[in-house]
Amino acid sequence: MNFSILTIIYIISSVTFILGLKMLSHPETARKGNLVAAGGMFLAIFGTIFLYEDLDSGERLHNYIWIFSGLIIGGVIGTAVAKKVKMTAMPEMVSLFNGMGGACAALISISEFNHFASSNFAYHIIQSFPGESTVDVGAFELPLQTSTMITIFLGLIIGSISFAGSIIAWGKLNGKIKDKSFKGQHIVNLGVLAAIIGITIFLLATISSSFEVNNGLLTNTAKRISIQGLNIHMNTSVFVLFYLVFFLSLVYGVLFVQPIGGADMPVVISLLNSFTGVAAACGGFLYDNKVMLTGGILVGAAGTLLTILMCKAMNRSLANVLIGSFGGAKASQNG
Amino acid sequence: MENALTWIAGNQQIIYIVILMIFVGIEVIGRVPSVLHTPLMSGANAIHGVVIIGAIIVMGRAEADNYFALILGFLAVILGTLNVVGGFVVTDRMLEMFKSKKKGSK
Repeated sequence: MNFSILTIIYIISSVTFILGLKMLSHPETARKGNLVAAGGMFLAIFGTIFLYEDLDSGERLHNYIWIFSGLIIGGVIGTAVAKKVKMTAMPEMVSLFNGMGGACAALISISEFNHFASSNFAYHIIQSFPGESTVDVGAFELPLQTSTMITIFLGLIIGSISFAGSIIAWGKLNGKIKDKSFKGQHIVNLGVLAAIIGITIFLLATISSSFEVNNGLLTNTAKRISIQGLNIHMNTSVFVLFYLVFFLSLVYGVLFVQPIGGADMPVVISLLNSFTGVAAACGGFLYDNKVMLTGGILVGAAGTLLTILMCKAMNRSLANVLIGSFGGAKASQNG
Repeated sequence: MENALTWIAGNQQIIYIVILMIFVGIEVIGRVPSVLHTPLMSGANAIHGVVIIGAIIVMGRAEADNYFALILGFLAVILGTLNVVGGFVVTDRMLEMFKSKKKGSK
């Protein structure tokens, strides 16, 4: 019952997001559009807090104190900062908030990864052998679909890139960070990106067999072990590689934005904005949460188009803004 | 290969949503005038703050003795709220500025 109401709330919220974007793109209705989307967001947030139930166990959310203190702290700081900021400093503020969203997506991925890597999957394994006291060692497999793992990684990578990139963009608009690029940076950038993708694929391929089974009661025939008191650990190397992906994504975010000229920052922020949208959509996949999915994909698509439109308004192509910057930096040094 | 196919069949709802939303996103803002680029970016920025729902779920499901998850979730809720609240307030202020400017020029 609760969950059906929540579903309806999510549908309403998704519609307000679409309407909000639509109204935001017309001068007369823009301000109202913003309020419509904000109303939908409010509904979705409070609906989730009070009505969410876990699909498997039917369990409600707990830790309300933590949730509300987080909401209040974030809400107060967010309002205060957004009210205080000077009109000229608006774009950098947008960038900062965008970075917060990216970081939020990355944190969700980290948290979910640890969730799967620890408690949850021992439980699932035990559940998948009902009524048996011992199991074949070979039968242990990660009860986790590769698609879930892929979304966790995508959320982590895109969220971190967006976070690091947005913070750099914020610093640049602030004047705190200068444009910097070194010779062959685009090769280094590609190298980092390749490393991120490579490690991710390696982890995805090996993760289902990278855990240790510890059981004090390792019994009789060497290949069967007792389920009672079973203790399953993910190999440490998996965690190391996971955090390496996180770290490299942050590095890539910095390297990606660092060489781009300050004047092109709005375009880059718009691009990072659509990245965060995709990262949010990954969260939607993960929780099978349709409002996160629609909101995220909507922003991802609209943001990408907006980025292209912004480039067009400046009479340049996106590739020119992103890659041409290397040449641009050199030209400005010469001149 | 077969895995991928079964995955597609099992998740067709989500795949439909993704495809349709991509088109909706593109269509909806297709004719935005260039003065509204920045406010629209800011508004979209606030909307992807919907990621906070994920943060709330993480936080709400964390076991009371799992401090790592609690702290991560707590941080995620704060950051997500900043994104949502800050995003909508900043957008509103930008649009407010537009309105007064227009009246002034008229």
